[in-house]
Amino acid sequence: MALPPRATFPLSLHLLLLLLSLLLATSTQQEQFSEELLLKPLPDRKILAHFHFQNEAPLHADSFARHHHLFPKSISQLVQKFHIKAMELSFTQGRWNYERWGGFDPISSHNAKPPGVELWAVFDVPLHQVDASWKNLTHSLSGLFCTSINFLESSTTYSAPEWAFQSALGSLRYGTLPREAVCTENLTPWLKLLPCRDKAGLSSLMDRPSIYRSFYHSQRLHLSMSSAASDGSRSGIILEQTLTVVLQPNDQNADMNHVSKAKIQPSWSLSSIFGRKISGRCVLAKLSNVYLHADRGLVAQLENLHENSAQFATNDTGPVDFRMNSGFKLSVTPERVHKELGKGSSLLYEYPINDYKDTEQFDLGLSWEHPIVWSSPHAPFYASRFLMGSGNERGAIAISLKSTEMTQGLLTNNIEERCKLQVNVLQVVPWYVKVYYHTLQLLVDERPQVLTDFVERIRVSPSEDKVSPGMMELVLQFPCEMKSAVLSIEFDKGFLHIDEYPPDANQGFDIPSAIISFPDFNAGLQFYDQSESKSPLLSKLQEKSPVLSYTEVLLVPLTTPDFSMPYNVITITCTVFALYFGSLLNVLRRRVGEEERLLKNKDASKAVFLRRVLTKLSAKLRGRPLESTPSPSSSSSSFVSPKLILRVLLVAGIAIAWQYYSQ
Amino acid sequence: MGANENSSAKPRVRPIVRLGIFLISHSNIVSLVCFLAGVVALLLLPVLAKNTYISENALMPGSANNMLSTHHVSDANKFIKDLTDLELRSMASPIESQKLIAQYMSALDAEVTFHKFYPQFSQFHPLHFFTSPDSGIISKNGTCSSFGVNTVGIIRAPRGDGKEAIVLVTPYNPNKVGLGEAVSLGIAYSVFSLLSHATWLAKDIIWFVADSQYGEYSAVASWLREYQAPVFHKVDIVTSETCNESSTFDELGQGLYLDGKLNGDFRRAGTMAAALVIKVAEQGNQYEDSLNIYAEASNGQMPNLDLINIVNYLAVHKQGLRIKVKKMWSLLDSWWLNTVGIIFESLGKIARSLNPQWKFGIPASEYVEGAATLASSLYYQGLGVPTGPHGAFRDYQVDAITLEISPKVSLTKVIRRNEFILRGGRLIEGVIRSINNLLEKFHQSFFLYLLTSPGKFVSVGVYMIPFALLVAPLPIVAAYLHSNASSSTPQNPSTLGVDANHKSWKWLNSARKVLIFHLWGVVVSLLPFFLCQLPNTTPTMNFILWGFASAFSLLILFFISGCPIFEAAASQPEKNRWTSLKSVTISTTFIGLSLMSVINFATAEIGALLIVPICLLARPLKLDIQAKSWRTLLRASCNIALGFVLFPPVAFVLLKGAFEDFYGINVGDYWNWVESLWAWNSATYLYVGVVHLPSWALCIHILFHPC
Repeated sequence: MALPPRATFPLSLHLLLLLLSLLLATSTQQEQFSEELLLKPLPDRKILAHFHFQNEAPLHADSFARHHHLFPKSISQLVQKFHIKAMELSFTQGRWNYERWGGFDPISSHNAKPPGVELWAVFDVPLHQVDASWKNLTHSLSGLFCTSINFLESSTTYSAPEWAFQSALGSLRYGTLPREAVCTENLTPWLKLLPCRDKAGLSSLMDRPSIYRSFYHSQRLHLSMSSAASDGSRSGIILEQTLTVVLQPNDQNADMNHVSKAKIQPSWSLSSIFGRKISGRCVLAKLSNVYLHADRGLVAQLENLHENSAQFATNDTGPVDFRMNSGFKLSVTPERVHKELGKGSSLLYEYPINDYKDTEQFDLGLSWEHPIVWSSPHAPFYASRFLMGSGNERGAIAISLKSTEMTQGLLTNNIEERCKLQVNVLQVVPWYVKVYYHTLQLLVDERPQVLTDFVERIRVSPSEDKVSPGMMELVLQFPCEMKSAVLSIEFDKGFLHIDEYPPDANQGFDIPSAIISFPDFNAGLQFYDQSESKSPLLSKLQEKSPVLSYTEVLLVPLTTPDFSMPYNVITITCTVFALYFGSLLNVLRRRVGEEERLLKNKDASKAVFLRRVLTKLSAKLRGRPLESTPSPSSSSSSFVSPKLILRVLLVAGIAIAWQYYSQ
Repeated sequence: MGANENSSAKPRVRPIVRLGIFLISHSNIVSLVCFLAGVVALLLLPVLAKNTYISENALMPGSANNMLSTHHVSDANKFIKDLTDLELRSMASPIESQKLIAQYMSALDAEVTFHKFYPQFSQFHPLHFFTSPDSGIISKNGTCSSFGVNTVGIIRAPRGDGKEAIVLVTPYNPNKVGLGEAVSLGIAYSVFSLLSHATWLAKDIIWFVADSQYGEYSAVASWLREYQAPVFHKVDIVTSETCNESSTFDELGQGLYLDGKLNGDFRRAGTMAAALVIKVAEQGNQYEDSLNIYAEASNGQMPNLDLINIVNYLAVHKQGLRIKVKKMWSLLDSWWLNTVGIIFESLGKIARSLNPQWKFGIPASEYVEGAATLASSLYYQGLGVPTGPHGAFRDYQVDAITLEISPKVSLTKVIRRNEFILRGGRLIEGVIRSINNLLEKFHQSFFLYLLTSPGKFVSVGVYMIPFALLVAPLPIVAAYLHSNASSSTPQNPSTLGVDANHKSWKWLNSARKVLIFHLWGVVVSLLPFFLCQLPNTTPTMNFILWGFASAFSLLILFFISGCPIFEAAASQPEKNRWTSLKSVTISTTFIGLSLMSVINFATAEIGALLIVPICLLARPLKLDIQAKSWRTLLRASCNIALGFVLFPPVAFVLLKGAFEDFYGINVGDYWNWVESLWAWNSATYLYVGVVHLPSWALCIHILFHPC
């Protein structure tokens, strides 16, 4: 854990702030609120709906007890109290399908989150106070959002990545709870932070059943500081709240003829996917827009279709005046169309809500005219992670990277120079999964490779039992022509103390998602500058940020005791202890010679008749095996006398007779 | 116990020691009683069987209404029709049917991949005996021309976190798709199409269509190996460059690249929660639709009883299928078992007349059925060979069973088939829904049990008793013999000091002999590895060679150790050597049986039933014949008979004859049987070689001991 030298710290902080100030150009002195909704048809007949609410407030030194007009007070207090520089909290249900829904656009890079809760925060406090701030923050957030974020307080659950995730110089803390369930009780406090809640504006679309019926549901809260353009000092808080859902529109003409390849995409409208329409904007919002995004693949297909149909049309001398969007029809004409720079670029249709009156409701609908098959842009490598091995003893984690059409495109572009591709990997493992970092293996194109040839930087902080999780940060440089790479690392499964098991221990234990990022690539979209609309969502889409993807959460079965049998365990241990200590004490205490002497004296003095007979009998018994091999009949006769048998039989007979007559 | 009364008077010897001494001194009667009690307890097991119950409440089988409708069934029917039509149309390329299956899968929005594998042929790896199957054994005899292609479709659970998966397996042979296989694929397809739209799914669903042209098990096992323990660096001899056929595999993927749903690489979906293998028997069983459950995996491992319970519950109460588990049919009409059943029944009646609370005893017919099922359950667990492709899953700690559904009438009629698919599909749907409900892995119910009927089981706590009773006499008799041997050496007053010294170490001599025999057992069980290397041999020849090599190795071992096999003239102090030899033999057998009971209980139970009598009875024939009383002669003849019967090949032939028939048995069969044991890495093979055979040989050695 290399701490940066003291001298460079303020300098780099300064640089960071400068960067922030560049990215977030707006630094206003008033509170501002804007609401936006981005809709995007996905290749696998689903719709992405991305709500984006941004709330800005100026930051005053004395604003701790200040009332805000729009900005939620709880958040500003949080920021003030814990000196938060940046923070992000996300609640996610379902998995983002990087393959079908894309992994290269800003939406997927920012809003595709691992299942459960993810929280990271950067603090503006001295390094030794960061952990304390983090712990307090987790408790405050768990109270605010009705979740068990407070479990992130334990030092075994969070880690401090330094550069693989986001460079924040030691004051970043990162933690996930993969098993946290997400439901409406998390959404309600989140909505409470909005000025109009879900009573007016775009957020009124959030019909709970339809939102929670989605294939992917991620609700996110992002806090950052805006800085004044002049000096780069902190001037305001920006609270960004997003809700990303992937919905399946109801397919009216769903024929079960599955094998027919050309399937037309389902047509949809806002009312059909949410069950509601937009009745108006939130009056407190400065900006209220709805966007429809057609990504590059779709636009390219549309252009193809357009060309074909145009040719067809010219042959047929039909109407030549064919619009760009010949593939689908929109129920409302867009106010503005943003076009991305460059060839084969995506389109963004803009619908301002400002103009709609309360009486007529806004209901954007899209109906497809032709079956179109396209694919979303993919990240340079498709990352997946899986467990290897079986049994309760050991296993291995493997991260596999498969090149996508992205990298193949790169290869043709610059073949002359040796092109390299940087991949950052951040892997956090809980302590009970004891990773052996020396077993880290790298296979490139199915051939084992020396790790140092590809690893540019590596930072490992090994786990400490019951104290901290293990963390591995890697910067890898791969040649562009690489087809696949596999990183594997072995681990032993640890034993937990009985009270460390979570409530449903028999399900197994989660290894949180690894984060794979590609800093060479920029997920931002570059639109022609439409400067008059200072839309936060648009600027977010245009923001230069590395392409980021999360891998799957893994489930490791550990040995679990049989919790349903504490009684048996107690009984058996007590028995074993009693037997052991009893016999041990017996052996230690006994003095055989002494006892024999005592017994003889007793016999001599007190010749009890019965005892003498018994002694004789037992002597007879014990003496006999020493003399010769006993024939079973004779020995049994001495012990089991006919008289005894008779007596036993008599008693049994009486008992049976009693039983029989008592019925 | 009477001995306890004396404890107050004689504190010198504690009661527990006294009890031990008592038992040892009466070892003959104790061993007889224990052995008989053990056999009786074994026979009582069907009576003591309990009804199964669903132990894990979270499973909630049958609590939801079935969603599988005739709509899905008609889709499945279309699929079956396409598949069988394809079979009729193009006999040439089996790849077409796989393509068709993949098309149907991807039309359901599932991720589809093909998995190409080279079948692994059974080989004896003496060093890999107990290692897990992921130890990187690469097939040496896989050739380019022989490879199979599995088709795998995965439905990702909407809103699920993808940590767990449920596997559906349908084995089929693409070269010859029978109607039964097609229907089993149809059932799986109907369920799969339902699940692709199911909103309640929490675990991913993998539909694995195994290519069974090289055996169902090998296809499933190779896919599992790739899933659980992949080998990333491809260093096989089979590389893609040398194989022309790989192009056909590539071509398979080409036509199917539908909007990113299919690509070449292997797909995974989390930790497997459970697996169901679905099969449909081609010919019906006249009476009603029935369901056969196969559960035994390698080395007698069983899936969690809850899995069988759900299937049983849903099949019986929801779908009205008649459920069956394997039975020993030959036992059903054996007169002795019927007699035993009638005796137990009448005992139960008497008990009930005494006290109606005593629910003891079941009808004789039920007893016979239970005993036949129990015997087959014991036999298949003891054999240690999985009874179906589900066995491969158990090697990775995944609970799996095979469901074989057999229709009442032939499936060629469409209406009848529809109903059949609906029933089968609803059963599978219910089971999947139940497993889907379960948040944890199966752990609540039993893993160690024997089934006496689909709804009744004997748990480990009960079936351990017969085994304990069977092996209990062994240490007692061993101790008795040991004390006997050490005490009854002739008292020679002149050499008393030397003798006492010699006496206490005398058993080491016998231990050496026993060790040599056990070493020989190890050598005998390793010999097949070398015999396998010989080209062009028939099983009979192998068997004969094996026999000769074993005898030869025994001679060599004795020659090396310098210990005579038979003492030519027993001198006076050597006279009782056989007792100490027997004592050591019995203790090693006891240790061997106890160890085996940990590895595979059923084997140990059957083994104990066989080997314990001869171990207890063995006594030099010479002594018995010299005594010339009817008792000793009876014992001698018993010994000879047992010694003959327990020679492993003879025992095999007799058992086979008893359960099947003697017709067409030849010597090679034994070799084949043994080959199947080692091919499946069954611990029973080790037991027969390392415990049973040496013990038997030592007993024979004692029988012919010159004293």
